[in-house]
Amino acid sequence: MTSFDSAAARSDAGAARIDSAGAGLDAGVARFDEAIARDQRIEPADDMPEGYRRTMVRQIAQHAHSEIIGMQPEGEWITRAPTLRRKAILLAKVQDEAGHGLYLYSAAETLGADRGDLTRRLIEGRQKYSSIFNYPTRSFADVGVIGWLVDGAAICNQVPLCRSSYGPYARAMIRICKEESFHQRQGYELLMTMMRGTPAQREMVQDSVDRWWWPSLMMFGPPDADSPNTAQSMAWKIKRHTNDELRQRFVDMTVPQAEALGVTLPDPGLRWNAERGHHDFGQPDWDELRRVISGDGPMNAQRLRRRREADEDGAWVREAAAAHAAASSPAVSSTGVSSPAASSAASILEGER
Amino acid sequence: MTRHEWPLFEVFVRAKRGLNHVHVGSLRAADHEMALHHARDLYTRRNEGVSIWVVRSDAVAASDPADKEAFFTPSSDKVYRHPTHYAIPDNVPHI
Amino acid sequence: MAFDDAYHALTDHDDDARWAYGTGFTDPLAGVPGDLPDGVDRAELATYCLMLGDDALILSHRLQQWVTRAPELEDELALANIGLDLLGQARLLLTRAGVSEGWGRDEDDLAMRRDPSGFRNLCLAERADADFAHLVARLFALSTWRLALLDRLTASRDPMLAAIAAKGVKEVTYHRDYAAQWVVRLGDGTPLSHERMLAAVDTLTPQLAELFHSHPTEIGLASVGVAVDPAALEAEFTQVWTHVLQAATLLPPATSLSGGTSRGNFVAAESSPPGGDAVAAEVSGVPAGAEQGSARPWGRAGEHTPALAEILDEMQGVARSVPGGVW
Repeated sequence: MTSFDSAAARSDAGAARIDSAGAGLDAGVARFDEAIARDQRIEPADDMPEGYRRTMVRQIAQHAHSEIIGMQPEGEWITRAPTLRRKAILLAKVQDEAGHGLYLYSAAETLGADRGDLTRRLIEGRQKYSSIFNYPTRSFADVGVIGWLVDGAAICNQVPLCRSSYGPYARAMIRICKEESFHQRQGYELLMTMMRGTPAQREMVQDSVDRWWWPSLMMFGPPDADSPNTAQSMAWKIKRHTNDELRQRFVDMTVPQAEALGVTLPDPGLRWNAERGHHDFGQPDWDELRRVISGDGPMNAQRLRRRREADEDGAWVREAAAAHAAASSPAVSSTGVSSPAASSAASILEGER
Repeated sequence: MTRHEWPLFEVFVRAKRGLNHVHVGSLRAADHEMALHHARDLYTRRNEGVSIWVVRSDAVAASDPADKEAFFTPSSDKVYRHPTHYAIPDNVPHI
Repeated sequence: MAFDDAYHALTDHDDDARWAYGTGFTDPLAGVPGDLPDGVDRAELATYCLMLGDDALILSHRLQQWVTRAPELEDELALANIGLDLLGQARLLLTRAGVSEGWGRDEDDLAMRRDPSGFRNLCLAERADADFAHLVARLFALSTWRLALLDRLTASRDPMLAAIAAKGVKEVTYHRDYAAQWVVRLGDGTPLSHERMLAAVDTLTPQLAELFHSHPTEIGLASVGVAVDPAALEAEFTQVWTHVLQAATLLPPATSLSGGTSRGNFVAAESSPPGGDAVAAEVSGVPAGAEQGSARPWGRAGEHTPALAEILDEMQGVARSVPGGVW
């Protein structure tokens, strides 16, 4: 029971299993391999190789961390949004990102991970998040460009993950992708509006595109030749396309959008290659990506500090709620069915209106 | 390992009247009422539901995938439970 | 190409039934007549809409400042939801104010290009939160008050105000519930949280008198069935406030409304109601209660703490820095 221990997964799947020891191990391997071969989903309590479980936890957690840290660059502009409509859109979008982080932490917890532990790993720098969020947002145009390019790149990455072999992750991604299609559109719409505005606004947009283009290309990860984990992830059907394939799709998708917008993508090597049926484009500065990933980006320290402070400042609140709940009896509760035993915090306003 | 301060809850949403509650995911909350509030904010931001259930994850008992065959295969040969098992002449209406 | 948008790329999935995914968004104000009610002064109605709209706008701003700072991720969602609800109410009310005023100003003209003295929000909405206990105490107070107000406003003679209020009642009911639950959890949580919740309530209590101090605009419009006189909300507010504070062990269980503790009897505790010299003239027609000489500013009359200027610097900075900008 070392390498195929799904009982270590959370007790969601029920009480401790009575494991049929050695026989169960071989049967577990076979079931897992067969499910992958048949393109079936792996579900939480299924037997799975420990390497698969670890890879899934790490990938889902990093994805969740990215959503949560990703609230910060745009979140700074909610209170400054120049119209109330843009303010509402941005607040709803950043709220969605918190929601997406939670869907993903929820998926990670089906694998036996604990969100408190994952948060600790993030704060202590032991787990990564997307390097894109270590760049600063300098103008309101960045809100639009993040929606267009960053969310656009994220969608390219994420749509194939809707078919990831791990069921809870795939299901979370379906929901996230649906919700994010509004994120990209609102960004593009903001940029279109600004491009119809004053010359100063058009400059803001172009400046923002100049700053975000290369980091967006980096979101697909290093070139395939330098991505040692890709092969195993593809064999396990965790990943469905290589980094370079997805990057190419993103470029092909973005070029006509840039033309329609009237901005220039800052790559002198960018041109249509009729022979390949794709755009040729330049390579990002991979040394910069390595520096940012290793913690040396413009905003790494500030992003983690904010997350750590929120977690630490909130500890007394979470502890208080836990202490209060300890005095209440647990019971199944519902909005649609009369609640057998509501906690005291809950029933407090019953009958007040 | 730092455990989270709040227990995990599973969330079930009824999308509209006439449908079953469907499992949609989990969340952390200190108590049931908080779990309901959180479920409402997390899983019904876009008009997705008319009713929510929450239940503590550690209160769920589940079948074991290793017992899948013993649990589920025996029902697969009970073909007589299915309506198409029975041949009825085409000229007999409404059956 | 399957990657044109996420929806399209997802069409190979027919398993949407697994996901409770909603549609069917509706305009709550569809079909509501926009005409102004007969016999109502346009400027007064505009001012009243600003009062309620600014309360929502400024409180929403304070909630927006909690984004990425909430004690738990689930509360990020909750606070953002409340902030969005209030922002929505503010937009409807500022729009109504602009229409009523008749000078062609829209919600953004009113939000982004007004100086602090033009804002009519309660000072309670603009104060900064020292911690989460302060946030939930203030949110509980304002939600309790606003729910009592909106509930009555659904009977307004102005059909638009009545419709906005009807929408708001559903939203603010949840806000009040969320805040009340937290007041109870923190008050009856750990010794530390009890101490912090108590400190927050004690800080807030002297500021609550402002909630029931009627402005002439409110009194005038209430007398013609358009507005709600906030003085009429005091009994309901006091009952809910006391009830929750008792459950939170912040007040002894037997406290009566006329009892001696300052937390349970905030109006009596407020020795000097809001309204400084500057507004004395404006409120001269108001009977009793409008004692003069208080140092506490009166938001309804356009008097504010320095916090409002800081909020507006942040809120209006981008809009004002790009003349002629479109967003």
